[in-house]
Amino acid sequence: MRDAEFFRDWLEAAAAAVEREADRLTELDSPIGDADHGTNLLRGFTAVRTALAGADPSTAPGALLQLAGRTLISTVGGASGPLYGTLLRRTGKELGEDPEVSDTALHRALEAGVGAVAQLGGAAPGDKTMLDALTPGVAALGTSYRAARDAAEAGALATVPILARKGRASYLGERSIGHQDPGATSSALLLTALADTAEGTS
Amino acid sequence: MLINSADTVVADALHGMAAAHPELDVDVERRVVLRRDAKTGGRVGLVSGGGSGHEPLHGGFVGYGMLSAACPGEVFTSPVPNQMLHAAAGVDSGQGVLFIVKNYTGDVLNFQMAAELAEEDGLSVERVLVNDDVAVTDSLYTAGRRGTGATLFVEKIAGAAAEEGAPLDRVAALARQVNESSRSFGVALSACTTPAKGSPTFQLPEGELELGIGIHGEPGRERRAMMTAREIADVAVGAVLDGLAETGGPADGPVLALVNGMGATPLLELYGFHAEVARILAARGVPVARALVGNYVTSLDMAGCSVTLCRADEELLRLWDAPVQTPALRWGR
Repeated sequence: MRDAEFFRDWLEAAAAAVEREADRLTELDSPIGDADHGTNLLRGFTAVRTALAGADPSTAPGALLQLAGRTLISTVGGASGPLYGTLLRRTGKELGEDPEVSDTALHRALEAGVGAVAQLGGAAPGDKTMLDALTPGVAALGTSYRAARDAAEAGALATVPILARKGRASYLGERSIGHQDPGATSSALLLTALADTAEGTS
Repeated sequence: MLINSADTVVADALHGMAAAHPELDVDVERRVVLRRDAKTGGRVGLVSGGGSGHEPLHGGFVGYGMLSAACPGEVFTSPVPNQMLHAAAGVDSGQGVLFIVKNYTGDVLNFQMAAELAEEDGLSVERVLVNDDVAVTDSLYTAGRRGTGATLFVEKIAGAAAEEGAPLDRVAALARQVNESSRSFGVALSACTTPAKGSPTFQLPEGELELGIGIHGEPGRERRAMMTAREIADVAVGAVLDGLAETGGPADGPVLALVNGMGATPLLELYGFHAEVARILAARGVPVARALVGNYVTSLDMAGCSVTLCRADEELLRLWDAPVQTPALRWGR
């Protein structure tokens, strides 16, 4: 079972990964976006750190994810804010108020979260978006956390030859081909942080 | 760059707006620029917003006869729903609020969330999407045409209608009519440099230009060897007229014309470019009813320009001519 401490550790690991990779995310966002993905996520996850530090120690896993989601929506801006915010909020809502959740429940909740992202953004896997890492990554959670990390990272790398169909990269048409999608890359960071946290505690 | 630090660029600019324009209520903390009399006139509230870096859009268009409030985001990043909610609450006088949203995924999502929350708070909210850029094919395979120069036309004309006391549905309908009657095309002669990145967003070698650019330093659809103003105008006006033809309006109807600088192109060049635009339109039998030349919807320090044409009937022209008094656009009052 995963308790609130696990979720705090996951979000902290995600914040640390964003901090470490912010420049790279912004660099990836330059040729096919507007060179701010790392900056924006760093602002958001820094605020998440502050929000979690201020949250009551008894806050349940679901409420922690919802708090993190709300914080991202109100600090990140751009498309990433609502999309990542919705991912965490919906996942948190699915987890309910239980003080501990099973891996199966977390897997199901993340599936609902990814579904909400797809609905909000109107995108599908293969459009060169966050979903290219989130969808295979969360699907592989049924196997293991390690498999989820590998699938998410492979999914992010696999966006390189794809023609973007959603988001700002879609304006480039064929010139979006040959670049790794920054959103898929940050999504892989989030799932890698989850897998690393799970492996460190299980 | 003429800045203190990349982190404080937007706040510093808002402090400057507050100092330069005491007639505006600039809330630096909440990142909202409001008309001081927004709530007292019994008018429909007009709220727009978007990433910073496009100045004077949108904050420079807040005032009599135009926007009631603007929400500036970080540079090239949509504002967040809290800003829009604060703006909506600050301008609603019971007549409802119109959100004017440029068609970028981030702006659309954040305004959508804000509209849902505002309606939960009991406000009447309408949204109008601006998507005038013909360089993007509006299809299932893109996020759709971008919102660019036509935003100025929408904000001016809807603002004039709201100032006259038109109800929310009428103001929204006019805003949609202006958007649907407008098309734009942009050209970059250089990339722009965001404060956070500190280097150009894409590499454009000397002697080349990008056709079909947006307003966020993103590259365009096509790169070519440098062209003359006349050649560029031929491509841009041709693309805009082709786009307008698809809207089904009269081919020889009068237009509003905007020759808009991207930030680093001198007015001398913009007027020279407008001469070419006017020449082409005259040759095509399209009367220019009103023209505006200057830097209005910019992309930081990008060099280049965009052309926006709006097919305008008598009512749109009357509302265009109506008095306006904002930091960046003022006449008739």
